[in-house]
Amino acid sequence: MSPQPRTLKILNLVSLLLLVASTLLVFFYAPTEKVMGLVQKVFYVHVATAWVGMLGFVVAAVLAVVYLRTKDLKWDAIGLAAVELSLVFFFVAVVLGSIWARPAWGTWWTWEPRLTTAAILGMIYLAYLLLRQGIEDPVRRARFGAIYTILGGLSVPLTFLSIRLFRTIHPVLIGSGGGESMGMTDEMLHTMFFHIAAFTVIFITLFWHRIRLAQYAEKVEQRKLQVMQ
Amino acid sequence: MKNPYLRAVWAVFRKDLAAEFRSRELIPAMLVFAVLVVLIFYFALELDVKARTAITAGALWVTFSFAGTLGLNRTMSAEKDQGCLDGLLLAPLDRSAIYFGKFFSNLAFMLIVEVIVIPAYSLLYNINLFNRGLLLVTLLGSVGYVAVGVLLASMSVQTRTRDVLLPVLLFPLVLPVIVAAVKASGGFLAADAFTEISPWLNLLLVYDIIFLAAAFMVFDYVVEE
Repeated sequence: MSPQPRTLKILNLVSLLLLVASTLLVFFYAPTEKVMGLVQKVFYVHVATAWVGMLGFVVAAVLAVVYLRTKDLKWDAIGLAAVELSLVFFFVAVVLGSIWARPAWGTWWTWEPRLTTAAILGMIYLAYLLLRQGIEDPVRRARFGAIYTILGGLSVPLTFLSIRLFRTIHPVLIGSGGGESMGMTDEMLHTMFFHIAAFTVIFITLFWHRIRLAQYAEKVEQRKLQVMQ
Repeated sequence: MKNPYLRAVWAVFRKDLAAEFRSRELIPAMLVFAVLVVLIFYFALELDVKARTAITAGALWVTFSFAGTLGLNRTMSAEKDQGCLDGLLLAPLDRSAIYFGKFFSNLAFMLIVEVIVIPAYSLLYNINLFNRGLLLVTLLGSVGYVAVGVLLASMSVQTRTRDVLLPVLLFPLVLPVIVAAVKASGGFLAADAFTEISPWLNLLLVYDIIFLAAAFMVFDYVVEE
């Protein structure tokens, strides 16, 4: 096993510090929301994890195109890492959103555009993992995975649009676009953006670790083949 | 037809239709299945007269999409099992022509099934479905469904899980088609104003164009060895 590069070690430490700092901000810097009370605090992590989850999926879609162009399996491994990691963050975001939605909307789940699109997006990437599982040849697996990621990336905006034609109750945070907007104080905004930045760094750190794991898995695979021969 | 590309598309299309009309294994199965789904809806949802008008559009599209997967799975696995796909790939033609040939033949199968299911549904539930708007939606919806379906079916037949995988891959991607088709069909059946239906028709049209173009671009990667 090769030791972790210096930058990664630093990133580990920075991620940990950022996680602690963002938690402290939530409890000691951001004011408690008047109407919703303490439960609103879950929102900072919700937004950050959702953002990071989306980021990973966008990265995966870009890597899919890069893979089809270059045919270098390295990009496929990195794309898979992005999808897996994003799914975890995405799941966290949905669960946290649910926790927030119960007191705020009075229900754990509602068929609202963003929620429904999120669920469909999750299903698409689960299907992506199932598709990969059914293929043994690594080159074909990479190719089909890339195609499916691209098709998924094309259909998700249309899914959102199709459900958006119904009315939405999800609060629109930034910019206008119907729906009730949440009145946020400056402290709240600072906390939110700090979270988004912090989770992006944490995501990059985990992403790096996951890519290293893929490299090790590849090595194990090669050793296995050597032993079998 | 002078254009060699169109001739190739036509040849693949005709081959599929000829195979189907000789073996008669696909359309009858899809049809019987579709009618069974319609019957199950009756018992599952207790479609009384009042519920019928609200649910018809949804029931129809669930039926079409289930029957559609059956057909898509079958046509692609028949190609794969008998090595016909390899033969097609050996032919000196643009590979997307194979895609479009399969696209048109599957579209034809689906439309044949729909053309029979819609009157049957009208008869069984005593509801008039002969509506020009509804037929247009059926056509647009089927185009989008088959465009993605053929592409994904040609991937799923090359995997270990095969038939099981296709619906899992297909349904999350065709969701916009289903939503838009159900809404538009429902609108036409309820005789809503056209301005209320047109966004859904636009969505269907956009989806059809985007995915036909995408399939045209990536099909080469699906069949390359």
